[in-house]
Amino acid sequence: MATVQQPETSIITGNEAMALGAKLCRVQVIAAYPITPQSQVTENLSGFVESGQLEAEYVTVESEHSALSVCIGASTVGARAFTATSANGLAYMCELIHWAAGARLPLVMGCVNRAMAAPWSVLNDQQDSMSQRDAGWIQIYARNNQEIIDNLIQAYKIAESVHVPVMVCYDGYILSHTVMPVEVPTAEQVDAFLPSYTPHTILDPADPRNINQVTLADPRANEVGETCHGYMELRYQLQEALGNARARAVEVDEEYGRHFGRSWGGMTWGYKNEDADVLLVAAGSIASEATVAVDALREAGCKAGVLAVRVYRPFPERELLEGTRNAKLVVVFDKSLSYGYQGPICADVKAALYGTGGGPAVHGYIAGLGGRDVKTRELVEATQESVRRVEAGETHKETGWINCQF
Amino acid sequence: MSVDIGSLKGIVEIRWHGRGGQGAISSAQLLARAAFDDGFQGVTSAPTFGAERRGAPVSASNRLSREPLRTFSQIEHPSAVIVLDDTLLEVADATKGLIEDGWLVINSPLDPAAVECSGSFRIATADATRIAQELDLVVAGSVIVNTAMLGAFARATELVTLESVERAIAEKFPAELARRNFEAARRTYERTKLATGGS
Amino acid sequence: MGTRDCGHESAMSKPSAGEAGHTGDWRTQRPVVDDARCAAAKTEGAACFRCWLYCPEAVIPREAPITIDLDYCKGCGICAEECPTDAITMESEASADDGGTEED
Repeated sequence: MATVQQPETSIITGNEAMALGAKLCRVQVIAAYPITPQSQVTENLSGFVESGQLEAEYVTVESEHSALSVCIGASTVGARAFTATSANGLAYMCELIHWAAGARLPLVMGCVNRAMAAPWSVLNDQQDSMSQRDAGWIQIYARNNQEIIDNLIQAYKIAESVHVPVMVCYDGYILSHTVMPVEVPTAEQVDAFLPSYTPHTILDPADPRNINQVTLADPRANEVGETCHGYMELRYQLQEALGNARARAVEVDEEYGRHFGRSWGGMTWGYKNEDADVLLVAAGSIASEATVAVDALREAGCKAGVLAVRVYRPFPERELLEGTRNAKLVVVFDKSLSYGYQGPICADVKAALYGTGGGPAVHGYIAGLGGRDVKTRELVEATQESVRRVEAGETHKETGWINCQF
Repeated sequence: MSVDIGSLKGIVEIRWHGRGGQGAISSAQLLARAAFDDGFQGVTSAPTFGAERRGAPVSASNRLSREPLRTFSQIEHPSAVIVLDDTLLEVADATKGLIEDGWLVINSPLDPAAVECSGSFRIATADATRIAQELDLVVAGSVIVNTAMLGAFARATELVTLESVERAIAEKFPAELARRNFEAARRTYERTKLATGGS
Repeated sequence: MGTRDCGHESAMSKPSAGEAGHTGDWRTQRPVVDDARCAAAKTEGAACFRCWLYCPEAVIPREAPITIDLDYCKGCGICAEECPTDAITMESEASADDGGTEED
């Protein structure tokens, strides 16, 4: 019998997991500009290309704006394209982030979450990707390094079926620079799961066309008299695609489970949440930290659980609505802030539960901005404070700031 | 011996102190690999987050657990602290948070009793610099002691085996370099001096 | 019936004559060619064809004698400006005798 290569467990950083994932997805064009804490992704991928381990075009660019532009061009002519960035690099891509979604290109980007300047910071929070939540990309947040590589492989499958770009987000330093065990799938496994990319609208000199040309407000007839979308219809269609991405994300995660023996919960994931009176909601590594807080809360007699947001856009409205039905309190930990309002996940959870009658109280906390360490005990203490407030009849509470020493 | 930190139910935290360029981060990563092979399903290694520069005091940390790890916050109560450069003992507040009966493992030619450092922890010393020099582990004028100190750590804490350390080193370095680095770890393991109870 | 039936996932059009509409309607002045002065008309072939080269709307074929597709000519006047023999002049649409384009 032929020897079938088995997946090996490597002890690697989140960035190494992302680079290995991109290699396994056989990305054909990579354009990325190095920025802390993402740099190791670009270093490793350029090494794979240089050493011939990955047959891809690695395009060196002078900025993140160009990096995403290159990926847009590559995807438009039918290549599987990849980029990765952080914080200010993501912000510099901003107009192209919107463009990629509107053009319905199935790009995948690794977003290594880092705080936005000013003041300058290289450390973690999620302000960068959260500030791009309205651009029309799918966003998936990883809780550990295993999920980073798995999410990336899933991301291409989702992107290439609903034709929406995906941002695979993971916490800078906390995951990007921390090594932990990661089972690295074999090339054969990934090839069996992820077919090559078939573009929906390809730019080909033999069949010239204008793509994403000026599109006026109202539908209009094209050169053969068909009535074509106006801007609003195209945007309606993008929203519909993100809606379809909900079911697709769940299917792809389940299919991944059948291929690789691991799946991650689809849109959301839970920990001791089935019978929980108090649910901790968060995205990324802080949600993993919250599972340890839940163990401590349970030991202290509080029936707590975690209901974590894995896919943030499209928002897991139904999962949160159903998952919090029996809870008395939902405590949301956001690593970013919609300045002048509250944490974005918290606001979205409240919107999802609005009007359903008699739902749980929802309290929000801001945590870990600019790399401020978030301890398990701080999550426990914040939850206990909210429990006390709710027991005292105080269902509404101002946003709390964890370990802010102002 | 009082607390055997190898028979734990919970999580062991470890901190490495070195100067930028001495390899504290690399040795913490090698330790994570070795510990995984020795049956710790949960291993992490993280640098102190920020911008490290050559010569500046840097630190790295490990968590080792029999169960997969779900916590990634910074460690607070190390069971062992490894100091690659004894001039850092004071500069870097190396014993901060070190638990009672934990191990302070220092690269030093001194006997543990002669180390000017007090607390309710145990002290191990090894002259890793000398051993690394014997094996010509010198890069750009700096003696590289990080792999040697893995041997001292293994000897003091008994958390990892030399066999796993050897495999971890072999995975990371080309053959000849791996041989010398592991030899440094092995010699240091043999020459590590242990003392209990501090001074 | 909505636009769903067009089947396009993103905005897309194929370049073709009239794809941008009946742009001849934009014209207030039309180019008129005097074959007596036009090099192409005189040589019946080899000539400058600067009008063809400069026309931004591609409504002048590279053929002698020069013809201009007035359905799509916007009347910009570049051909008249560039013609080295002053064979093209711009005339007011209002005074044009044949009603100009074949618009409805």
